[in-house]
Amino acid sequence: MLLAVAVLAPLFGSMIAGLLGRAIGDRAAQAVTILCMLLASVCGVSAFVSLVYGSATPGVVVLGEWVSAGEFHANWALRYDTLSAVMVAMVTCVATLIHIYSIGYMSHDKSIARFFSYLSLFTFAMLALVTADNLLQLFFGWEGVGLASYLLIGFWYDRPAARAAAMKAFVVNRIGDLGFAAGIALIFFIFGSIEFSTIFAGLSQHVNDVYHVLGTDFRAYEVIGILLFIGAMGKSAQLGLHVWLPDAMEGPTPVSALIHAATMVTAGVFLMSRMSPLLDFAPGAMHFVTFMGASTALFAATVACTQNDIKRVIAYSTCSQLGYMFVAAGVGAYQVSMFHLLTHAFFKALLFLGAGSVIHAMSNEQDMRKMGGIWKMIPLTYVAMWIGNLALAGVPPFAGYFSKDAILEAAWASHSLVGHYGFWCCLIAAFLTAFYSWRLLIMTFHGAPRADHHTMEHVHESPWAMTVPLILLAAGAVLTGFSFADQIIGEDWHAFWGDAIGVAASNHILADMAAVPAVVSMAPTVLGLLGIATAYAFYMVWPAIPGRLAASLPGLYRFLLNKWYFDELYDATIVQPASRLARRLWRIDGEVIDGMPNGVARLTADGSSQIVKLQTGSIANYAFAMLIGVVALVSLYLIVG
Amino acid sequence: MNWTVAIPEIALACLGMAILMFGVLSKARNTFHICSLMTVGALVLTAALVLSSNGGLGYNGLFLADSYAMFAKLLVLAAAVLGVIVSIDYNEHNDLRRFEFPVLMLYATVGMMIMVSASNLMSLYMGLELQSLSIYVLAAFARDDLRSSEAGLKYFVLGALASGLLLYGISLIYGFSGSMAFDQLALVLSDSSHASPGLIVGIVFVVAGLAFKISAVPFHMWTPDVYEGAPTPVTAFMATAPKVAAVALFVRVMISPFGHLLAQWQQLIVLIAMASMVLGAFAAIGQSNIKRLMAYSSIGHMGYILVGLAAGTQQGVRGVLIYLVTYVFTNAGMFACIIAMRRRGRAVERIADLGGLWRSDPGMAAALTIFLFSMAGLPPFSGFIGKYFVFGAAMQSGLVTLAVVGVLASAVSAYYYIRIIKVMYFDAPEPAFDVRPASLSIVAGAGALFTLIFFLFPAPVVAAAEAAAKGLFG
Repeated sequence: MLLAVAVLAPLFGSMIAGLLGRAIGDRAAQAVTILCMLLASVCGVSAFVSLVYGSATPGVVVLGEWVSAGEFHANWALRYDTLSAVMVAMVTCVATLIHIYSIGYMSHDKSIARFFSYLSLFTFAMLALVTADNLLQLFFGWEGVGLASYLLIGFWYDRPAARAAAMKAFVVNRIGDLGFAAGIALIFFIFGSIEFSTIFAGLSQHVNDVYHVLGTDFRAYEVIGILLFIGAMGKSAQLGLHVWLPDAMEGPTPVSALIHAATMVTAGVFLMSRMSPLLDFAPGAMHFVTFMGASTALFAATVACTQNDIKRVIAYSTCSQLGYMFVAAGVGAYQVSMFHLLTHAFFKALLFLGAGSVIHAMSNEQDMRKMGGIWKMIPLTYVAMWIGNLALAGVPPFAGYFSKDAILEAAWASHSLVGHYGFWCCLIAAFLTAFYSWRLLIMTFHGAPRADHHTMEHVHESPWAMTVPLILLAAGAVLTGFSFADQIIGEDWHAFWGDAIGVAASNHILADMAAVPAVVSMAPTVLGLLGIATAYAFYMVWPAIPGRLAASLPGLYRFLLNKWYFDELYDATIVQPASRLARRLWRIDGEVIDGMPNGVARLTADGSSQIVKLQTGSIANYAFAMLIGVVALVSLYLIVG
Repeated sequence: MNWTVAIPEIALACLGMAILMFGVLSKARNTFHICSLMTVGALVLTAALVLSSNGGLGYNGLFLADSYAMFAKLLVLAAAVLGVIVSIDYNEHNDLRRFEFPVLMLYATVGMMIMVSASNLMSLYMGLELQSLSIYVLAAFARDDLRSSEAGLKYFVLGALASGLLLYGISLIYGFSGSMAFDQLALVLSDSSHASPGLIVGIVFVVAGLAFKISAVPFHMWTPDVYEGAPTPVTAFMATAPKVAAVALFVRVMISPFGHLLAQWQQLIVLIAMASMVLGAFAAIGQSNIKRLMAYSSIGHMGYILVGLAAGTQQGVRGVLIYLVTYVFTNAGMFACIIAMRRRGRAVERIADLGGLWRSDPGMAAALTIFLFSMAGLPPFSGFIGKYFVFGAAMQSGLVTLAVVGVLASAVSAYYYIRIIKVMYFDAPEPAFDVRPASLSIVAGAGALFTLIFFLFPAPVVAAAEAAAKGLFG
């Protein structure tokens, strides 16, 4: 029941704020959504605590039948196990803090009720996703998240950039969704059901099933794994389908925080963990996951080093951290990937909200080159950003240290080629992460003020509605690491997870992790500190170095600054040809397709005027027509009859 | 002799006489008004008598009051009541306040009741002529108006021709079969060897005469001119009550005496139905006068109704009856709105006069929208349900081509119906109409309400139509 309240309360709040927002006013809409979110987070946390530490037992709450067509059945149901409970607790808590933060951040906006309605809708969709008991409901939440992200990224719809970004996010996600939908269809085809319990129960029977495609037989599980991962790539912005994520920064900052921390991007990682029993039987697909995750982690970290927009740096950092999570999932350490998801949710929300606080203080300036020298003016935000970056860089004892180290250990312990590729990519990325984090800190807060004096006069600490969430998230960024590390990824992970994450008998990666050499465990921390030192040297001590470096390697610099030219590549190979084709088809539609009904219409009008001409008004003509009619009918009758 | 079967008709005729006497003798200034109200009362009383009468065959088999006749009579009476009500205000404003007007409507109604109860070709002709003669006079009622006189004359001359065709057909049938009673004819024709070519030609002539009355193609030519020229309440009356009676009569004649010859006449009806639907759809497109448009619209609707007859089955007849019910109420409401189109005391009839109506009179615009959507056959309005039943019956009888042509014609006709809606909602506003009298608002409102919610409660009408159709097939 607690879980049902936690899931449905945001929907209720969203409905009230969205449908009655005009009637009840902005204040009331805010109050309703936030009260619903508070209720949801209390219930969500209680549901989590009573399951993991209390006496509650996992189970399924059926809310009603949804689809029943032939052999295809799907219920509205809430799956109550550790995986969903962790996600619900995390999502509701972070989302509640973001709601509260938005009171302050959005206080000058025109359509506050709409914003809060969308935020709550977003939260609800994510909760429906994580509590799904079958793939269709998961897909419902998946699409709901996509819709809400579209609405929120394009929230300031009068800005062309926001509209374009919203459409980009929607379309790119669509590509991933196609893979996911195909995966669901294949699962139904193989297992005859889309309910998790039925799928997992039938796993051993279908291990050797093959799926015939493109003239080759593939193992069905591998195909399913790849298809599901394509879906996850879209939502979780993995290399290739990542292009929407940085653009999504066009939305208001709380939205970025919600997308990057608690909802949306974590959906793909969650999907991997949810389907872990099946994926363990698809080693090929999992190698692909590891490879893509590792590549993304490195790619995004390199790009983040050159960006100047404070939010874009953090956006690429998200992309990179998601790559880490997929590396962990790819080598079979789903628990580790979920652990990083959890810690990341807190410190990334903290970083985004902190960045929002900075932007708020700097009168909506986002370019770091126009900041600097403000750390004394907004001390609380400054400290919060420090904590967030320490956690992100993986400095002990902050949260990121525990989860990120575990990922590198898992990658090493997998003893596969692709696992080692993952290890090295993540290791380099760890250095880069620390580097760009401190680059961001120093450029934003230190050095001489580079903003005009007008802006500098207005720099002020944010109101309590924005600072309180920062403080609470900072606490989360400090505490979630060491307080949960042992339970989630330690020896007795089974006590924590129960059956929620089912790993095959052959999967003993967590045990292997304990046996990795000390140098492997130490490496990321050392490289992280090295990264910090480098950034300090580059931007604090000898600020001329970055410019000279960029000048001496102009090709590399432009390559990174332009994000490896992914947008340009897609534009040239997909967007332009597609729109050329569309224009051509449009012309065909206008001339040929429209021509047919238009021609029929013209014929009709002509026929009409011909018929009307018969109507002369003369009685003699009318009588003649009648007689002709009788003659015609009589002849017809005599011929036919 | 069982003379009681005709009590409603006798009572209505006597009441008509009484109202006429009152009108002649009354010196009150508002005699017209009083006579109109008395006529409404007489019609309602007759309806009550119809409901309470027990049916049967009377007058040596000339007159049959069965459940089918009862259904048709009630519908005719309802249409007549609506017709009288919408005429009161119009006649007051257009110098037509003469007490003979409602009395003529009353006698036309008596004729219609005899028509639907006819069980002999002779009583058929008598009812038909009583009805026709009354309406010829009504059409020319505005005798100082050139258009009205022309309409009356045109209708009379062509009607006489149609009557001649009908009578000629009747004489052929009598000559070749030796009887004019429906039951005798049915008995004779149950042996197909008796269907001689002469008899068949007679049937075609009868069909031609009846097709004229329901203005089916190719006997429709009078309709647009007469509809346009006649005073609008007369047009409203002509478009509803006589159509019901004539269709009911047509169906009875084809099913009862000539039912065994279905194979022979089916193609004929199919052809007439198709031609009517197509002409009704196409010819109305260019019209700018709304009364003329309604004339073509009614031609089209008669085509759809004949689709039910062409099916030749009990389902088909049921569909015809349901269609008639929806047709009467939608048309009565539509004409109430057309009569309400009046500026500074003068009636206006152009479609363009409705421009921007929703600004000045949203209620009337909404009612018209409902009627027009219904006539176009859009669900969930009542017109859709009528079409559903007739097309369904045609499909069951295997008349696929006919049903397809009907649906296509219906799609074409939707264009000119919806164009009026476009004029009302999107065109530049015309000056507002005069204030509407309550009588028109009531008829339009009742029609709109019926058209709008019929789909919720179709069961009583469908059940009654089912019983009536069953009565016809015996």
